[in-house]
Amino acid sequence: MAGDHTLEPMLDMFLFETDQLLEQLEQIIIHSEQSDTYSATDINEIFRIMHTIKGAAAMMLYDNIAALSHAIEDVFFYLRDTNPENMDCTKLSDLILSSIDFIKTELKKIREGDRVDGDAAALNSSIKNYLEILKQSNPAPLENSGTGVISVTNQQYYIAQDKKAASTQNKCFKAAVFFDAGCEMENIRAYTVIHELKDFAEDIHYIPENIMEDDSTCEMIRQNGFVVRFSSDRPLAELHDFFGKTILMKEFQLEETDPPASGEKKARPQQIVLEDPVVKIPPSPEEGLPAKNSEIHSSNQQSMISVNVAKLDRLMDLVGELVISEALVVQNPDLRGLTLDNFNKAARQQEKIISELQDMVMSVRMLPLTTTFHKMQRIIRDMCKKLGKDVQLELIGETTEVDKNIIEHISDPLMHLIRNAIDHGIETAEEREAAGKTASGKITLEAKNSGSDVIILITDDGRGLNKGKILDRARQKGLLHKPENELTDKEIYNFIFAPGFSTQDKVTEFSGRGVGMDVVTKNVNSVGGLVLIDSVAGEGTTISLKIPLTLSIIDGMTIRVGNVRYTVPITTIRESFKPQAKEIINDPDRNEMIMVRGQCYPILRIHRLFKVTTSVTDFTDGIIIMVENEDEVLCLFADELLGQQQVVVKALPPYIKNIRQAEGLAGCTLLGDGSISLILDIGGMMRRGYSL
Amino acid sequence: MNVNESAGKELLDQMDDTQKGKYLTFSLGEEIYGIEIKFVTEIVVVGMQSVTTVPDLPEYVQGIINLRGKIIPVIDVRLRFKKPPCDYNDRTCIVIVDIRGIAVGLIVDTVQEVLSIADQDMVPPPQLNSNTYHQRFIKAIGKVNNAVKLILDCDRLLSDDEIVSLEQTG
Repeated sequence: MAGDHTLEPMLDMFLFETDQLLEQLEQIIIHSEQSDTYSATDINEIFRIMHTIKGAAAMMLYDNIAALSHAIEDVFFYLRDTNPENMDCTKLSDLILSSIDFIKTELKKIREGDRVDGDAAALNSSIKNYLEILKQSNPAPLENSGTGVISVTNQQYYIAQDKKAASTQNKCFKAAVFFDAGCEMENIRAYTVIHELKDFAEDIHYIPENIMEDDSTCEMIRQNGFVVRFSSDRPLAELHDFFGKTILMKEFQLEETDPPASGEKKARPQQIVLEDPVVKIPPSPEEGLPAKNSEIHSSNQQSMISVNVAKLDRLMDLVGELVISEALVVQNPDLRGLTLDNFNKAARQQEKIISELQDMVMSVRMLPLTTTFHKMQRIIRDMCKKLGKDVQLELIGETTEVDKNIIEHISDPLMHLIRNAIDHGIETAEEREAAGKTASGKITLEAKNSGSDVIILITDDGRGLNKGKILDRARQKGLLHKPENELTDKEIYNFIFAPGFSTQDKVTEFSGRGVGMDVVTKNVNSVGGLVLIDSVAGEGTTISLKIPLTLSIIDGMTIRVGNVRYTVPITTIRESFKPQAKEIINDPDRNEMIMVRGQCYPILRIHRLFKVTTSVTDFTDGIIIMVENEDEVLCLFADELLGQQQVVVKALPPYIKNIRQAEGLAGCTLLGDGSISLILDIGGMMRRGYSL
Repeated sequence: MNVNESAGKELLDQMDDTQKGKYLTFSLGEEIYGIEIKFVTEIVVVGMQSVTTVPDLPEYVQGIINLRGKIIPVIDVRLRFKKPPCDYNDRTCIVIVDIRGIAVGLIVDTVQEVLSIADQDMVPPPQLNSNTYHQRFIKAIGKVNNAVKLILDCDRLLSDDEIVSLEQTG
């Protein structure tokens, strides 16, 4: 089915919507579980979500998903109607969360084009059991179930009509469709037929009417078939073909009937055809509120559209190229020496618009960290259950916005850090009480902006890092590169980021393999971020991730060495100056240093490091750029500064990246005149500088 | 398979057909080399492009160029084949090739012409000492009139080990 190309846009939409719904559902469940009760609004919301998922899944023919959501819907239908008092919230949450997981796995299979073959029978039956137990323990008052059916049968269904009323040449038809025995969810399938029919038919009426609201209509459809009356200008043969294509259909009858004036309208006087789309009138005041809510919800969604990330990436690239081509035009060598007042005016206006456009595109790509943070709640919940710990999660600054690409890179690290915090950091309740702390642990996840970076702090109030244990393990692994007594606390803590490093003696389900922290540093470094760690024994650990807001456009200072240009990220530059000969110090190892305001800094000649030929080799002829990275300072020696400008970061071609193993370059960029400038990676240069 | 796909495939087949047996020839010193036309995307004159040197690369990789916003590495084929370097002049060209999705520019002395060489005019290179460095890049020798053209094995031009590791990285 997934391979059928006509379904692809629908499939995309299905995957996207279902994903969102599941996320929403997960939030509600976790929230409800914390308060240990399901409020009426929550139940309604869950019911609505499950209903939508069921409908969509059945339409896309993913029967296992539809059946599972149907079972859950049943439970919440019951909860909504009877509002039982003694229900087992935790059990229910468990069941639904595992159902969510099941559906998520299935969605993943769909996305990857695999067969959707997961078997939800076990889950299904446990949900049904749960409902049975619930029903037995809460014998429902008889009239309750009665009113449900009555109110539903009285309900009228209006079909929204965008088109004008049937034109005169339209003929009327009556079709009866019978589905395969045992195909399940006949009502949804019938709805699919109606939905498709709407494209070319008008005045659609069908029996049974309320197929989407009442699942008991399945039985009616099974026995009497699904009867549709409609008018259409299409010939009978074409309609015949249409019905013939209905999925899982056993047989159908199609006949032309009398025009509605004599037949249809008389036979069914309660059917009113309205010209404007109308929502169904809520039958009871209790249901009025949620219906209104969902209406508001849907009107909110109207102002949002979902866009493929690939398109956004492309847009970003195009804007990047526009920035470059703008510079190409304005700084065109042909214009040199000309007086162009009007041109300059127009160029400035264009520059303004382009930079606004650039800001806009950047902001479109920015997403709040909310979803990423909220995912952690689920992890904490699951781990607490398994490990028997009690941990509260506090979220601060979750609305901080970060580039979409970066969010993808920090979700995994955050998960590992949270796992570590719970598994290693937070003690058991007894230990905590013995140490004079509250029985439940606390993890704080905080995000805040700081200049062009976002800082994410993961703080736990657990036992803190065990310096002795880390040192022991580092010694065993041969990681110590200098005498132990010279190591700072920070250096000791940094050992835990080494691959395969774990102080845990046994491997548990959650941690102990020593992969986690390695993944954290790799992922964070890959987006140009930093991981810092701080810990106080007995009081807790704080891990901070320093992550750039965006990857693609940076402020850079362009410098020249020989005939090569380099770009230094502005954020790393402290100052630049012309050195005086008397400030230069040479040590016996031929290291060059410079004395600035009483401090001594190493000098790195770019032309020597990158083997560039230049005429400027005397310090007093060139310029010194003082850069810093991770509290280390280095002075770069270049020929001259060319100017500061925003540059679009481009990766070096894969061919170059592959044969060039050395550090020191972060990428390249195109300058206004079309030439290429290499972006320096200050951290990498420092590491190389020391090994020279 | 839907209609679009099959139509697309047909088109591709046709393109393959028209490009089959056609070679772009260029000279390096005395010899004439040929390269299958399907790999070639365009030819630019070296004088029009400033090549930016990238540090820490083997000598034969001259650096990177900006080709309408795309950054493309360029290889000096002379140096790649361990020939003595020679200065670039106005006839020096960069042949942009696309080898398995990786765009690379090849700096050659002069680009000559596009030739059709029939399969029966192709002979395998002599297998005297097949382990020599130079030999690896030659797929066949094409005979055109009385001259010979050395047909480059484009897949191997980035050298076997290089391209394999490239695909792994990404």
